[in-house]
Amino acid sequence: MVVFEKPKALTDAPLHYCPGCTHGIIHRLVAEAIDELGIQGRTIGVAPVGCSVFAYNYFDVDMVQAAHGRAPAVATGVKRSDPNNIVFTYQGDGDLAAIGTAETVHSAARGENITVIFVNNAIYGMTGGQMAPTTLPGQVTQTSPYGRDVEKVGYPVKVCEMLSQIDGAYYLERVAVNNVKNVKKAKAAIKKAFRNQIDGKGFSLVEVISTCPTNWGKSPVDALAWVDEKMIPYYPLGVYKDKDGATNE
Amino acid sequence: MGEKVLMKGNEAMAEAAIMAGCHHYFGYPITPQTEVAAYMSKRLPKIDGGVFLQAESEIAAINMVIGVASTGKRVMTSSSSPGISLKSEGISYLAGCDLPALIVNVQRGGPGLGGIQPSQSDYFQATRGSGHGDYHMIVLAPASVQEMVNLTFKGFDLADKYRMTSMILADGTMGQMMEPVSLELGEVKNYDKSWALTGTKLERKPNIVNSLFLKPDELEVFNFNRFDRYKTIEENEVMYEEYKMEDAEICIVAFGVAARVSQNAIDAARAKGIKVGMIRPITLWPFPKKPLLAAADKVKAFVSVELNMGQMKEDIELATRCKKPVLLANRTGGMIPTVENILAKIDEADKI
Repeated sequence: MVVFEKPKALTDAPLHYCPGCTHGIIHRLVAEAIDELGIQGRTIGVAPVGCSVFAYNYFDVDMVQAAHGRAPAVATGVKRSDPNNIVFTYQGDGDLAAIGTAETVHSAARGENITVIFVNNAIYGMTGGQMAPTTLPGQVTQTSPYGRDVEKVGYPVKVCEMLSQIDGAYYLERVAVNNVKNVKKAKAAIKKAFRNQIDGKGFSLVEVISTCPTNWGKSPVDALAWVDEKMIPYYPLGVYKDKDGATNE
Repeated sequence: MGEKVLMKGNEAMAEAAIMAGCHHYFGYPITPQTEVAAYMSKRLPKIDGGVFLQAESEIAAINMVIGVASTGKRVMTSSSSPGISLKSEGISYLAGCDLPALIVNVQRGGPGLGGIQPSQSDYFQATRGSGHGDYHMIVLAPASVQEMVNLTFKGFDLADKYRMTSMILADGTMGQMMEPVSLELGEVKNYDKSWALTGTKLERKPNIVNSLFLKPDELEVFNFNRFDRYKTIEENEVMYEEYKMEDAEICIVAFGVAARVSQNAIDAARAKGIKVGMIRPITLWPFPKKPLLAAADKVKAFVSVELNMGQMKEDIELATRCKKPVLLANRTGGMIPTVENILAKIDEADKI
C-alpha cells in the first residue's frame, strides 16, 4: 500500500531552495490541493520574481513567469481569457507587498476569481537578504544593518489585515508551516482557496509565514522557532475574511 | 471597395481590432486616446467571450495583456506617450516571452507630462523597443483613418506571424480626425499557437511562458534566434509609399500627419517648379532603408519632416549612409509643421 508519494502536480525537477527554507513544503501543499481537487489539467500558474521565480520548473502545469509584482495582473489576463481555467499566483513578500502592492490590492478589489499564495518570510531572499515590506521592527537585514528603525523607514505591511478592508476580497487566511499542526491548517486553507475559485467565489489569498534560515542567519531549526517567537506574534495566524461566514478566531 | 462609413480614427481602429479577432482589451484613461477604451467598453461586452477591463494602472493593463497573450488569444491595449513609458516594462517582457500583442500609442507632446497635442516624439522609444533589452517591435505609422484600420488589422497578423509586439504609432491628429473608411478587411489568418497556456488537459507536457535564462549562453541563443526573425521581417515586411519621386531632386521623408502636410508642401513647391517628392515610411521598424538608399543616388538632398526634434532624421542618415544632406523641418511640443515651414526647408534644400 502506498502511504506517501510525490504529488502529481509537482515535476521531478530538484528544488533549488536553501536547506531549511519552507518553500518546498508550500509547493507541496499547493500541488496536493491541485491533485485532490482534480484540476491539474486546467490549472495555470503565475510565477513571481524572487526566490520562487523558478516555480515554473516545479509545478507540472502550464506556467507563465511575470515581472516583479505583476503576477495578479497577469493572472487576471489568463483567467479572463478562459474562466474555466484555474489560475493561481505564487508570490513572495517583496513581490506582493512592495513592488506589486497596486496589483494585489486592485485584483482583490475587483474580486478577481484567482487564488493567491503569498509567502511571507520577512526578507528579500533571492537578492541576498534585504529589508522587505514585511521585515519586523528591529530586524537586521543587509539594508537595515542596525535593525529596522520604524521611525525612519516605517512599519511592516500586514497584508491580510489590509486586504480584509476590501469588499472584493472573498477569503483571506494567514497560516504557517513551522510545525505539523500548522502545516495541516495551511493545507486546508490552500485547498479552500482553490476550491473557492472552482466554485466561482472570487479573490482568495492565503498568506503563509515562511522561513529564510540563510538570510535570517539561523539554523533551520532555530528559524522554525523564530517563526513562533517573532513572526506569529506580529503576524497572527487565522482567518481575516471569509464571505462563507467564518471570521478570525 | 465596398460601402464607406465616416469614423473617427480612434474608433475606426478599435472596430478594426475587433474585426481582427481581438476580443480582449485592457487600458487606462489618458488623453488623446480615451475613445479607444470608451468604444471597446461599449462593444466588447456584447461579444461572446469579449472582455473590456479598465486596469488600475498602465502597468497592470500591459500585464493583463501579457496574461491573455500567453493563452494565445489576440489582445490589445492603447495609451498615449506617458502611458507607454509605464507599459514599457511589460513590452520588454512580451518580447522576452515571444508573445504576440498589439499596442497603440496615440502620441502626445513630451517629455514628462508634456501636453495633449499631436506629437511624434516617441519615435526613438518605439523604433528602439521602448523597454530594456535587445528587441524590436513592428512599428506601423498610419497617415489616414483608413490606414488606422488597415494597419491595425495587419498589425495583429504580423504579431501572430512573428510572435512579437506590433505597435500602431499614431498621433492625436490620426486619432481624432474623421474620414470615410471601408471596413472590408478580409479573412483573419490563424497561426500555430501550440506554445499557448491553455491547461495541459493532462494530454501534453506543460507549456512555460518565460523570459528568464540565467545561463548566458542560453539567453544568447534566444536573442540570436529572435534577431534572425527580425532579419526576415526586415527583408519581407517593409512598407512605404512614394509620392512624385519619379523626377524628384529633393526627397521629403515623413510619416503620419507630417506626411499629410508634406504632400501639400510638395504640390506647392512643384507649382513653383521645384522637383520634390516623398518617401513615406509606413513601417518605422523595419525602416525602409533600401528605397532611401536608392533615392540617395538620385536626389540632391533629403528633408525630414517630423513632429519632434529630428529623431527619424538619424535613421535617414544611417539608411542613406550620409550620402546626401538631410535637412530637418520640424515642430515640437504639440505643434504641427505648416506648409510654409516645410517650403522654407525645401527652398533651403533647393539651393544645395
